Amino acid sequence: MDKIVIEHLFLNYSDGTESLKDINLRIPANAITALFGPAGGGKSTLLRVINRLNDLADVVFVSGKVSLDGLNVLDPKIDVNALRRRIGMVFARPVVLPLTIRGNLTYGLEIAGERQKAVLDEAVERSLQLAALWDEVKDRLDDPAAALSGGQQQRLCLARSLALQPEVILLDEPTSGLDPISTSKVENALQDLKQNYTIVIVPHSVQQAARIADYAAFFLQGELVEQNVGKLIFTNPQDKRTDDYVTGRFG
Amino acid sequence: MRKATFNRRLFTQKIGFGLLTIAAFLTVVPIVLVLLYILWQGAPAISWEFITGFPSDGMRAGGILPAIVGTILLTFGTAIFAVPLGIGAAIYLSEYASENNWTRLIRLAIINLAGIPSVVYGLFGLGLFVLFLRFGTSILAGSLTLAIMTLPVIISTAEEAIRSVPQSFRIVSISVGATRWQTIRRIVLPQALPGILTGVILGLERAAGETAPILFTVAAFFLPRLPNSPLDATMTLPYHLFVISTQVPGMPLKIQYGTALVLLVFVLSMNITATIIRSQARAKRQW
Repeated sequence: MDKIVIEHLFLNYSDGTESLKDINLRIPANAITALFGPAGGGKSTLLRVINRLNDLADVVFVSGKVSLDGLNVLDPKIDVNALRRRIGMVFARPVVLPLTIRGNLTYGLEIAGERQKAVLDEAVERSLQLAALWDEVKDRLDDPAAALSGGQQQRLCLARSLALQPEVILLDEPTSGLDPISTSKVENALQDLKQNYTIVIVPHSVQQAARIADYAAFFLQGELVEQNVGKLIFTNPQDKRTDDYVTGRFG
Repeated sequence: MRKATFNRRLFTQKIGFGLLTIAAFLTVVPIVLVLLYILWQGAPAISWEFITGFPSDGMRAGGILPAIVGTILLTFGTAIFAVPLGIGAAIYLSEYASENNWTRLIRLAIINLAGIPSVVYGLFGLGLFVLFLRFGTSILAGSLTLAIMTLPVIISTAEEAIRSVPQSFRIVSISVGATRWQTIRRIVLPQALPGILTGVILGLERAAGETAPILFTVAAFFLPRLPNSPLDATMTLPYHLFVISTQVPGMPLKIQYGTALVLLVFVLSMNITATIIRSQARAKRQW
């Protein structure tokens, strides 16, 4: 089943740095879809279209259609805050909010109006378990989140998006600043999570894409060059540009 | 490189640093001298009676309580008007307004507001608050005048404090479904608060020490009682100091310097509070 359907999506920023040209992509539910390719290809931009985070950026032109279970995401009249609660996001640099560990996890629920302590406590434990961080922090939930290591902070960011029980998780190079051990913890967590969530990741390397992707799409300078089941695009790319990139001839 | 050239350069450098050190010392000397001199001349006047008593014998004896109370009331009055307005404007400018001719005009106005001589504020306050709005010579008129004068300081320091909160916090907050206002209230403002407070205190401190803006709007030459309504005039420390230094013949020197010392302590203690808030916030800050 396709969770997100993107049709004829065009987008330009006012400074002309990065744009999307006629993107057509179907993102299946309960799988990991990797958007990969060299920098400036439009992968991050596409992620930020899906949760409308691009509303904050200087976008001068968008056209096409993006739907989430049939909901027209680009419709200016939808409740964009509710949309973002359905779609969690993890960024390249771990950004913990200047709150406690617990505060980071309950923040999204509290602003959504949740006040019951039992519900909040349950969300804290569940999301930390899912992000494989519970055992490391369960005794210091009221410490400042900034005291955690980089790898722990990034898993806290993952947990923060999971606390809201979203349907989709967007990850923008979530392991680019992490050591290999932390990276594999995050990757393992994602493998577990895909049973219940739709995951879209911009991996920080082709190798990571090949390791974790069920489906993959190769982006080059704003164009979607090729998409396929993950293993095939890396072992048997159809387009010469994909082949060149995957085999390391450029990038 | 020849050794002679090297030695000459080293010598030039030593002279340069020496001159800079002297310059740094010279800037500190007057401040220290002013403090020591006022402390030396004023300390003998300080007594319980001086702080809590009313002036007598044509202000040549007794205390300065009405002036102290007047200055405290004026500072609070200024804060009531200037703080909400200034912080509101700073939030608007830093979080909501986009960069366009309208906001450029607002910023230009703020910068120019800061450059207006304080006596002009005094005349403006006289015209608008005292006469046109019929507040009379009153704490209300004086507070409003001082508030207008203080606004630029509060707006610009608050805006800077708000802008220094990392943009990534806002993006993360929005990405979990917060509105812009929720983001400002729950993340941005708490982080910017110490910086905002510092600016507020420094602005109020300037207001507390000003003479010209209150000259026509609130200050009483001699009013040996405490004000009992915002529409009362009051004595104030800076104006009282001016009066006893220039207008009253046969004034004992130690009362003048004692008054100056009280004003100085009042203003400096605000300054020190601001410094403490700032350094404590820096130590606790997580970014």
